[in-house]
Amino acid sequence: MHVPDGFIDAPVSAAAGAVAAGAVALCLRGARRELAGAPGTTLTGAERTAPLAGLVAAFVFAAQMLNFPVAAGTSGHLLGGALAAILVGPATGVLCVTVVLLTQGVLFADGGLTALGVNILIMGVVTVAVAYALFAALVAVLPRGRRSVGAAAFAAALVSVPASAAAFTLLYAIGGTTDVPIGTVLTAMVGVHVLIGVGEAVITMLTVGAVLAVRPDLVHGARSLARPLKLRVGGRLIDAEPVPRAPARSPHRVWLAGLATALVLAGAVSFYASASPDGLEKVAADHGMDEKAGEHAAADSPLADYGVEGVSATWISGGLAGVIGVGATAAVGSGLFYAAVRRRTGTPATGRIGRTGDPGTGKAHPAGEVSGGSGDSPAGGPAERS
Amino acid sequence: MGAGHAHRLYTHRSSPAHALPPHCKLAAVLCFVLVVVSTPREAVWAFGAYALLLAAVTAVARLPAVPLLRRLLIEAPFVAFALLMPFVVPGERITVLGAGLSVPGLWGAWNILAKATLGTAASVLLAATTEPRDLLLGLQRLGLPQPLTQIASFMVRYGDVVADELRRMSIARRSRGFAARGPRQWGVLAKTAGAVFIRSYERGERVHLAMVSRGYTGELPVIRELRATRAQWARAAALPAAALPVCLLGRLL
Repeated sequence: MHVPDGFIDAPVSAAAGAVAAGAVALCLRGARRELAGAPGTTLTGAERTAPLAGLVAAFVFAAQMLNFPVAAGTSGHLLGGALAAILVGPATGVLCVTVVLLTQGVLFADGGLTALGVNILIMGVVTVAVAYALFAALVAVLPRGRRSVGAAAFAAALVSVPASAAAFTLLYAIGGTTDVPIGTVLTAMVGVHVLIGVGEAVITMLTVGAVLAVRPDLVHGARSLARPLKLRVGGRLIDAEPVPRAPARSPHRVWLAGLATALVLAGAVSFYASASPDGLEKVAADHGMDEKAGEHAAADSPLADYGVEGVSATWISGGLAGVIGVGATAAVGSGLFYAAVRRRTGTPATGRIGRTGDPGTGKAHPAGEVSGGSGDSPAGGPAERS
Repeated sequence: MGAGHAHRLYTHRSSPAHALPPHCKLAAVLCFVLVVVSTPREAVWAFGAYALLLAAVTAVARLPAVPLLRRLLIEAPFVAFALLMPFVVPGERITVLGAGLSVPGLWGAWNILAKATLGTAASVLLAATTEPRDLLLGLQRLGLPQPLTQIASFMVRYGDVVADELRRMSIARRSRGFAARGPRQWGVLAKTAGAVFIRSYERGERVHLAMVSRGYTGELPVIRELRATRAQWARAAALPAAALPVCLLGRLL
């Protein structure tokens, strides 16, 4: 389901490309962390990214060629976004799918060159983000064990495929070149992709199970299953010395980058947004619901209908309203977050975000890093991780 | 790996199109596709002109037409989407062969079919005249960050190795009497996928160590600087330059 050229109009394709490029840039840094070698080695990730992510991308590419027969001569194949996210982590997963899409677009002419950003956004970023968020949440909630990892993988893959179809429909609604009724597109796309998602879910669950049975340390999503490292000293098992972790980086830069992106989107890109009513308003208008709906209480506020009162040029007015809205939302959101962190810790927020879903923190490093395959002694020396 | 490193997508010829530097060709194809995409769909003749331009490039590159046309089939899934449009789009209807079709839907389907086919054909021509390795170098020259092109080059280099591994496993399965008939056999196939993942990942680790022991620090040395003379840029620009007036005429008429 690679989107070809001419399907989504140029401004929306360009915006999708910009968002996808930002996401891939973030993932390049995240992948370095995910693929970092055994702690204590002088090699710290950067030079491991290319060979490992490249080979995993080759695996995703090959796995898409593996045919799964369904019935009566039809067969399907894996899409692999959810599988890659669970096996090697979300950032590396996005990179692998991105590279697969890039090569398919440039070498195999599968998916248009101008639609590359759209393809990366819906099939790489959205699929992996939805799959991994759901997977991590389920693994955190369900009891610890291999069966839970399988169930979480099933659910994550099942949801990720229709989510990607829904993202496509959203882009199509904003920048589609033909006015197909969006409700019809959504029903058809999500309906078909729920079916595809069931197959994807079964295969992903079975594959993750197969890897877990042989090399559980290679499954990024199952690091929480890793037991703390024990050393046998004089016939007794004792806990190994915990490896000091590099302090979490300050999230300020991520926060600033996010704010800048939101401001650019609100201030400049919103100019290209569709002027036609959104889905809910359309349904409301079609069924006469909005006749009853009175004007919003804030209808004569200075920012009503996304324009700034007293500014005549529509695009400046809309952009300004967007920027003010983003600023206000960011201020209120950050304030609430700050307050929540402060209340929970009882001390002023230090700006550090602990890693969630990793009960092994502080006790021992997960097995995936111990037997990273480089043959180095697992607990040798201080960690030097980027 | 013993059978030469040329990819099956690449058709070796000595032609002016093959000789151009990859980044010129990439830029030219991208501009051409942009021009095609921004042509209004009502200018039906313009798309015929674009097709003629691509046919001229095929002739200059001395490529056989039939294999190239066959590779256009890759866009088939979205053609199905396009073919549904005349039936589901609301609007004015006409009757063709007893079936009521919507006029905006027909225009939409035509729009997608024409633009997608031309875009695919341009990409197919690009891949047929440029080696995959050169294409990646060209992408890097055009500003794609090096980590990404490195990952892509590892993928291109080892894609066939991993695919061959999969093929050998398939032969081994079938020679032991396995036949995949339905979902009941998915367990076996998924175990295959899992085994291929482990093998790929371990191969990645071996490749990494082998490279580190040869002095790799995360950057690949640039052995061949990609350069293009002004004449080469001009030759590559011929395609989009010829397409641009067609697009402008299509917008005016």
